[in-house]
Amino acid sequence: MRIVTLVKYVPDATGERGFSEDGTVDREGTDGRLSELDEYAVEQSLRLAEASDDEVEVVALTMGPDDAADAIKKALQIGASSGVHVCDDDIAGSDALGTSLVLAAAIRKLEPDLVITGMASTDGVMGVLPAMLSERLGWPGLTLAHTVELDGRTLTVVRDGDTASQRVQAELPAVLSVTDQSGEPRYPGLKNVMAAKKKKVEEWDLDDLGLEADAVGAAAALTTVRETAPRPPRQAGRVVTDSDGSGAAALTEFLTAGKYV
Amino acid sequence: MGSVIVLAEAGEQGVSKPTLELLTLARRLGEPVVVVLGETTGEVVQTLGRHGATAVLTVAEPALQEGLPAPRAEALAQLAGDRQASVVLLTSTPDAKDVAGRLAVRLTAALVTDAIDVQPGEGGVVTRQSVFAGSWTVEAASTADVAVVTVKPNSVEAEEAPVEPAVETVQVTLSETSTAVRVLESSPKAATGRPELTEAAIVVSGGRGTGGDFAAVEAFADALGAAVGASRAAVDSGWYPHAYQIGQTGKTVSPQLYVAAGISGAIQHRAGMQTSRAVVAVNKDPEAPIFEMADLGVVGDLHTVLPAVTEQLRDARG
Repeated sequence: MRIVTLVKYVPDATGERGFSEDGTVDREGTDGRLSELDEYAVEQSLRLAEASDDEVEVVALTMGPDDAADAIKKALQIGASSGVHVCDDDIAGSDALGTSLVLAAAIRKLEPDLVITGMASTDGVMGVLPAMLSERLGWPGLTLAHTVELDGRTLTVVRDGDTASQRVQAELPAVLSVTDQSGEPRYPGLKNVMAAKKKKVEEWDLDDLGLEADAVGAAAALTTVRETAPRPPRQAGRVVTDSDGSGAAALTEFLTAGKYV
Repeated sequence: MGSVIVLAEAGEQGVSKPTLELLTLARRLGEPVVVVLGETTGEVVQTLGRHGATAVLTVAEPALQEGLPAPRAEALAQLAGDRQASVVLLTSTPDAKDVAGRLAVRLTAALVTDAIDVQPGEGGVVTRQSVFAGSWTVEAASTADVAVVTVKPNSVEAEEAPVEPAVETVQVTLSETSTAVRVLESSPKAATGRPELTEAAIVVSGGRGTGGDFAAVEAFADALGAAVGASRAAVDSGWYPHAYQIGQTGKTVSPQLYVAAGISGAIQHRAGMQTSRAVVAVNKDPEAPIFEMADLGVVGDLHTVLPAVTEQLRDARG
């Protein structure tokens, strides 16, 4: 069996994040890392692999510029078997539609039984890729799962939807996204870090995927960023140190003055 | 003007507040056509009409009732095509985003999620989004014939604009592909009697500082008619259900007032509440980063401060 896990290299959320002049996310001026939420996808892939009687290969797939290889490297250290990095200058500036087109083509080429993703990236946070891939591939999509069970070719998950918690099921091949409640990701041990250096990472470009340059990237994007502006940071207001009920008095006054009551 | 499809959240409890907000936005962009995936009532139609719905389409297909995104997207794609819609608006919820992503693929549409504003533009709609934990605002223009936009609740004040809607029951054809997921079991979320977290005007959240006791937070919230939220630390400790988690991996809220009780205010938490109109923080630690962004900060024990305020509010009400 083969599982493809999607990984994304993102600007570190705890650092300063911003935009480049062309309206794309600034990936140069900030430190990057594997999106935290993708670690749960890698973890889930490994858990399924470990629980299976079959030989399971876990392929970490990413797209993006050279730096994105670091996301694969981290996934390999955590325990993925190999990596595929889709890298092509013409991909730059892709919107979600373009991104899903490229990733769906790469997934088709890899012919996996299961695709696992995180619930969203920590930079774009759209959270739409799993659904878009499911639609493009024509495979069932089980999203936002916190409990996952694979029995033969039958995948059963529990997901917390907007209005109900549901147990849903589908047959492989399928697309699965997991939440941060699906199981704590393991830390890569020294042994795995060393082993990761020997694992194979392939680089693919648009030609390898049979895609035309004008189908993706900024040229094909259906939205144009017109303006990006930093929001004025919130200002610290009054701080009252509670003593003899002064804190409660200040809060009551704030609520009354603001007509919140 | 072309038609603008609004996917309604409507049920026995009536029409959701965010749906009415979408209708207000839709009126700027064209003729609002509301789609109800499921049964509708006279009261629902009336409310939608009062807020400017020129047409209400109901689709009574059983497979759509289960709430799974794939068949919903397929149904919406057919209706958007039939009506030659230029925009489809949905409320930003995880389930609706699943639908929106699928719909964008089906319609080759521009896709914008978590918009805080939608305006008509020359080539297509112009949207604004708040990104990077609310620290940046992005304005984008659609260049496609169709745009699919999910809008965050509380982005606009719902306004009335009464019309008599044309009501129509429509049929859709669902493929095997989009009905490949089976629902084995469905348990509706328990009603709390409090407002919906993402729609509430006031949200009171508890964190590590509650020590696992949310009684003071809940009583204070109830005195204000507020929704209750929780930080990831509180959820991970098993003190409050995940459905109430505010932050990067939970819900994003933008209420008029956000009260953070015993929450330090890590970036991941701020991502979920930074766009609130006003922020109040109660925390024992004077160094907690949440104080840097609070309009009012109280350095003190929430278990003392909140019950005192709750009592004062009750007394004031008599």
